[in-house]
Amino acid sequence: MQELAVPLNHVLFVSTLLFTIGMLGLMIRRNIIFILMSLEVMLNASALAFIAAGAHWGQADGQVIFLLILSIAAAEVAVGLGLVLQIQKRFKTLDMDDANRMRG
Amino acid sequence: MQDFVWLIPLLPLLSAIFLMVFSSKLPSTIVALFGTGSVGLSALLTCNLTWQFLQDPRLITVTLWTWIKVGELNANVGFHIDGLTIVMMMIITCVGFLIHLFSCEFMEDDTSYSRYFAYLNMFVSAMLVLVMSDNLLLLYLGWEGVGVCSYLLVGFWYQHSGNGHAARKAFIVTRIGDTAMMLGLLILFTELGTLDIQSIAASAQARWQTGDFMPTLACLLLLAGAAGKSAQFPLHTWLPDAMAGPTPVSALIHAATMVTAGVYLIARMHGLFTLSPQAMTVIAFIGVGTALMAAFSAAVQTDIKRILAYSTISQIGYMFLALGVGAWTAAVFHLMTHAFFKALLFLGSGAIIHCLHHEHDIFKMGGLWKRMPIAFVSFLIGSSALAALPFTSGFFSKDLILLSAYQLEEFGPLLWAGGLLGALVTALYSFRLVFVVFFGQIQTLPDKENGWRIGLPLSILCILSLVGGYFSLPLNNLFPMERDSHPDAWVEMVSIATPLLGVIVAYILFIRTPSRIPKSLISPQETKFSRILFSGWKLDEIYDRLFVSPYTRSTSVLSHEPVDKLYNAVVLINQKLNAWLSFSQSGRMRWYMVSIAIGFIVLLGIAITIPKGFSQW
Repeated sequence: MQELAVPLNHVLFVSTLLFTIGMLGLMIRRNIIFILMSLEVMLNASALAFIAAGAHWGQADGQVIFLLILSIAAAEVAVGLGLVLQIQKRFKTLDMDDANRMRG
Repeated sequence: MQDFVWLIPLLPLLSAIFLMVFSSKLPSTIVALFGTGSVGLSALLTCNLTWQFLQDPRLITVTLWTWIKVGELNANVGFHIDGLTIVMMMIITCVGFLIHLFSCEFMEDDTSYSRYFAYLNMFVSAMLVLVMSDNLLLLYLGWEGVGVCSYLLVGFWYQHSGNGHAARKAFIVTRIGDTAMMLGLLILFTELGTLDIQSIAASAQARWQTGDFMPTLACLLLLAGAAGKSAQFPLHTWLPDAMAGPTPVSALIHAATMVTAGVYLIARMHGLFTLSPQAMTVIAFIGVGTALMAAFSAAVQTDIKRILAYSTISQIGYMFLALGVGAWTAAVFHLMTHAFFKALLFLGSGAIIHCLHHEHDIFKMGGLWKRMPIAFVSFLIGSSALAALPFTSGFFSKDLILLSAYQLEEFGPLLWAGGLLGALVTALYSFRLVFVVFFGQIQTLPDKENGWRIGLPLSILCILSLVGGYFSLPLNNLFPMERDSHPDAWVEMVSIATPLLGVIVAYILFIRTPSRIPKSLISPQETKFSRILFSGWKLDEIYDRLFVSPYTRSTSVLSHEPVDKLYNAVVLINQKLNAWLSFSQSGRMRWYMVSIAIGFIVLLGIAITIPKGFSQW
């Protein structure tokens, strides 16, 4: 089994950092395009963690899950961009705070 | 003829239904014709029946059909007509007819003329069913029927809320007695397995010894029913208020017939009551106590109808005294004479009220003897009979009662003395009424003349009140042997002299020295004692404190539905929680994100801080 060029911990640190950036983006950004981008960042952060872990333990599962995440991300983007179009059409804005009609 | 006895209660009932159905469309002459005519026909049939009965005194029993048949209970609609029933039927139909005739004129100006006659006819019908029934269940039907009619007629002028209150009071107070009576019937049925009056008497005497507990209990429960209907202590408070109804109603229902139903019931059930000397003693003491209480109250009243109402209570007290000492015939005799002279007095007061702009206060009358001679003669004869002056009808019956009371072994002289004191006060208040209303200064002038329909019933009742004492009732062999009523001569002398003394005292007070009349006899608010008497011994106030106000207070508490408070609290908590939770649903995605992140951090924190042992497990 071939040893990884970078230590696993470093990869996981980067992955966590990316995830946190995505999360903060979700919390802070109001434009729905940026929210979708933040989501992509978070998905890729987790995908990175899977790849690194798979390589560390020499298991193919990590890569399998990466492929799954990739397809999920594609599907999610398709739905998400559809939503963006609809929101733009109905609210004439992309600000998610204005689209709060489902408040209690 | 005997096959047609069922027509006697049916005719007034049919007339009542007819008048109710076509009430507003009939001219008043037709209403009067039907209302009075139906009772008149019943009276004729009853007279015919009585004539045949006097010729050939046989028991008449008629069974029309089976009314209720459940298990052992078998109640027929059947009539049992013996001497006692004949006497009661004669009183109800004949006095009833005279009062109907009087009503034709008295109520002429009333807008609800036909409603009045419908109720009155229904009453006569129910009262006839009550006295003719051969079983206690049908009797109870009549008993409740007269109660309903009494309620309807007391509240006849329902436009005034006070009349409605009086009607409700009459109904509810008698209802207390009726409930006790129902319990009595149930006891009799479970113990004896029958409600037929004749078989109850027979099987009770076969089953129970004199003085047993069961017959005493049943008798006391029946007595409570009788006391409620006949306005005896402690259930008598409804009768003075029941004077809110039209005056002929007071004459028919609250003097002559309905209020004597209790006396009839006890006389009818004498076979049962003789088994319980304790209950008989209670009846005698209730009777004499009520007679005294009501007589003293009557002496200070100022409303002419309330005086007569208290005097009715007092006279029925005498009947109860007679029943209690086992003088059954005397009780029924006094029932009859009382029906004559008290109907006379009430109709006489109706004639006065009719002509004096509905004035009830006797101190606003006065000097009427020249203006209203018929009413004056009626009152003179009626009051003489009420006071039991010699040779009037009331004299014979009351004398019989007092002498029978005197001869009772145990409490005889005590009861006799009480009755005698009552007789003295009776004479005093009845002649106070006559002297104040008909002598002295004229206060209010009559504004109309009374016609023949008022004059004729008064005249006939005058004659009956005078000669009623000479009637011999067909009650032979009906009641158990009674004592021979001839005690010492001095007892008889005292009994005769006492009412005369009362009349003389009234004469001295109200005619000879009118300036020195005790204030309490004119305006009862003057002294403390007369205030108590005026309010009927404060019993109304006591009942209000004891029963009415706790009831109304608890209903006012319950009307706010305290039990629902618990369920309302559940609803309230849910609503608060809902408001709180729906506040968290702001509709802002970023807000949700933050809460997810916080939740994740909290969960992570918990996972980290949990002790090692747990996580391994």
